[in-house]
Amino acid sequence: MKAVYFAWVRERIGKPEEELELPPEVATVGDMMAWLSRRDEGYAQAFDQPATIRAAIDHVHARHDASVREAREIAFFPPMTGG
Amino acid sequence: MSVASVSVQAQDFDPAAETERLTAGRADVGAVVTFAGLCRDEAGALEVLEIEYYPGMAEAEIGRVAAEAESRWPLLGLRVIHRHGLIRPGERIVLVAAASAHRSAAFEAAAFLMDYLKTRAPFWKRERRVDGGAGGWVQAKDTDEAAAGRW
Repeated sequence: MKAVYFAWVRERIGKPEEELELPPEVATVGDMMAWLSRRDEGYAQAFDQPATIRAAIDHVHARHDASVREAREIAFFPPMTGG
Repeated sequence: MSVASVSVQAQDFDPAAETERLTAGRADVGAVVTFAGLCRDEAGALEVLEIEYYPGMAEAEIGRVAAEAESRWPLLGLRVIHRHGLIRPGERIVLVAAASAHRSAAFEAAAFLMDYLKTRAPFWKRERRVDGGAGGWVQAKDTDEAAAGRW
């Protein structure tokens, strides 16, 4: 699956996107953030306050308890500041 | 059938021309509300805003918010434009123009669109300051969440 990152989440992780192979125990958006934050310091900083991070699955906003198993693209980003 | 038209683009837009397009050649529109959001200079401190967005989702999400507006109010036309990239103080950032037979629907739909865009459309603003200081990412405001919550 493809993971994409925006704004300061992207900056802390150090890349805008990547291809990931999720281990079977990663079932939800929340699981995925916890799993990613164990990869290195940058990911840990990006997800150090997981409650503030927003996610989207295949271009649709997703809650942290949403399943990621069927996703093609998952996005993580801070609260939006458009308009 | 949807009457909404959504654009996400780097270039500027002409609010008068967009409004004109909503009403050209028809006589059933009794009200058009046009909202334009501009870049403030923050009392001279802001050099430029950098607006990052999520290509693909930005268009899709604004489209979903526009469809929600169409389901709630009897709209005859709806135009939404959101810019990305570098935007300088005084420049336009966003346009919402809603056309309806009567004013209340047009006013309410335009306000709903803006409140929802602020909290649901995947755009992020970063400030670059005149003094060279790191203005950094603009923080989302609780008041914007509250404004969206009233609908």
